[in-house]
Amino acid sequence: MTAQVQLSIQNLTKRYKTGDGVSGISLDIAHGELVTLLGPSGCGKTTVLRSVGGFLEPDSGDIQIAGKSVLHLPPEKRPTAMVFQSYNLWPHMTVYENLAFGLKIRRQSKEQIREAVDRALRLVRLPGSEKKRPGELSGGQQQRVAVARALLLEPAVLLLDEPFSALDAKLRSELREELREIQSAAKLTMMFVTHDQEEALSLSDRIIVMNRGNIEQSASPQEIYDAPQSLFVANFIGRMNMLNGTADEGCIRLNHLELSNPKELRGEVVVAVRPEDIRWNDASLPGLAAVVKQVMILGHYAEITLLTEAGLVRMFLPREESGQLSGGQSVSLTFTKLTAYSKSSI
Amino acid sequence: MLSWYFKRLGSRKIIEFIIFALFIFFFLGPLINLALLAFSGKWQFPAALPQSWSLTWWKYVLSQPEILKSIGLSFLIAIVVTALSIIICVPAAYAFARLRFPLSRWFLFSFLLTNAFPKMGLYVAIAVLFFKVGLMNTFMGVVLIHIVNTLMYMTWIPAASFKSVHKAQEEAARDAGAGPLRVFWNVTLPMALPGIIVASIFTFLSSLDEAQGTFMVGMPDYKTMPLIMYGAVQDYPATAGAVFSILLTLPTIILLFVSRRFVSADVMSSGFTMK
Repeated sequence: MTAQVQLSIQNLTKRYKTGDGVSGISLDIAHGELVTLLGPSGCGKTTVLRSVGGFLEPDSGDIQIAGKSVLHLPPEKRPTAMVFQSYNLWPHMTVYENLAFGLKIRRQSKEQIREAVDRALRLVRLPGSEKKRPGELSGGQQQRVAVARALLLEPAVLLLDEPFSALDAKLRSELREELREIQSAAKLTMMFVTHDQEEALSLSDRIIVMNRGNIEQSASPQEIYDAPQSLFVANFIGRMNMLNGTADEGCIRLNHLELSNPKELRGEVVVAVRPEDIRWNDASLPGLAAVVKQVMILGHYAEITLLTEAGLVRMFLPREESGQLSGGQSVSLTFTKLTAYSKSSI
Repeated sequence: MLSWYFKRLGSRKIIEFIIFALFIFFFLGPLINLALLAFSGKWQFPAALPQSWSLTWWKYVLSQPEILKSIGLSFLIAIVVTALSIIICVPAAYAFARLRFPLSRWFLFSFLLTNAFPKMGLYVAIAVLFFKVGLMNTFMGVVLIHIVNTLMYMTWIPAASFKSVHKAQEEAARDAGAGPLRVFWNVTLPMALPGIIVASIFTFLSSLDEAQGTFMVGMPDYKTMPLIMYGAVQDYPATAGAVFSILLTLPTIILLFVSRRFVSADVMSSGFTMK
């Protein structure tokens, strides 16, 4: 990466009495990069975010923003701004007062504040709502104001803690798009926490998948999807078929099907195949023997459930092609892409 | 003509009307009676309204220096009690709402105990203590005994209000650059203010109305309005009592009217839940 590092977390450890927390987290975020921390609840992603924001004191490790350690600074002194999941706004203040709060503390002049607030509101597509109270706004509008308020602080790193998870699906993707636009236009450095893999895939420059307080994989969405490094990542991102096989010298065996073994695994393995990476052929051709159980049309594609020698498999096909298949039919399956994991590594 | 009107209404409406009328009668009846009595000159039994009106007893009551003094004293005590309660209880309420410390629920619950014992027993015990430390028949003694009564309102209701301020709302303010004190002053306190105002009003009113405790520790020098009224009811005709009652109720009504924006069933009920 050629761009300069904006946020650097080194060996961050924070353990709670319950045993939850994170250990040995190290990551760098480049200037202008949007990085998502993705993982199931309790994986420690929020712990990392709140440590950066200053709301948690880590047990050990260091957090640097633009090269300077911020570990000893309270939240109000850190060059970060946070957007929370909900209850962002102060209901006793108008939208204008909410937005101006931070700027007033910085002793900016009235005209400066008015201008900045006006600009921020136009940016989040809520011009003219200065005099409204948060209670008069919808959930989506409130989160827009919260984003505007965070932007007004001109943070070195913008932190977002599942900001859209309380909204409905349509609004969520709308706000996601807008946020991405704002971020890339202003070259903002952002750390985004979510448990929604679809959100992470669609939004990020880079995804960091976390599990049980550790980083499982840090890579671009494309790479995370195509080459999940661990069985956990393979399971967590997208749909995946998991089949049990055995590996030896040259290849991985799934019953009669022989697959290549680039990782040179040995013994019991799990083969992970995406539903869209499965091809079917006539039963007479070589491959994994299977019987069609069910064909489900899901809009522009169809999901086919098949019973194979190695277990149940789901396959996605274009809707037109699925017409050639029906329940009870015998076919032979081959995989265009797959990843294998040693079972002992779990 | 009226019967035609009732037929149009239907039986459900009539029952509703009767219940409403009864409610008004029981609720407002005594108050109206009191108001009439206070301004009556001559009012003999069968008449629905007084035969003559007069302000004699108002003049009498308001010309008695002892009575005027008691009104002033009552208000002074109520103001001091309210101010002290706010200073003592609001920080305590914040602590109950925000800090997790062992037995916090039991502490909160213990405030209920002062209201669970028979009041007079409690006052006698306190009076014995006050006697030892020389607080009997002092202003401070009366104020303290009033505060015993107001602890519960002043802690429970504001604690619930502080709890309703979400952590994220305070953290967002920290994030925007405000230090802890500014966050409390600009975010937490204004959001909890309705509850604090309601609790303060109840404290003020209950202090204004307190008679038993004042009687125990304040006699003979600190005679508040309710104490004078006990005497007045015995020594003067009912009309004087009515005038007194109105003088005692007036501040309540004015205060509740002024603060009706804050007083809601919501604020009240949230104050009396154990969480």
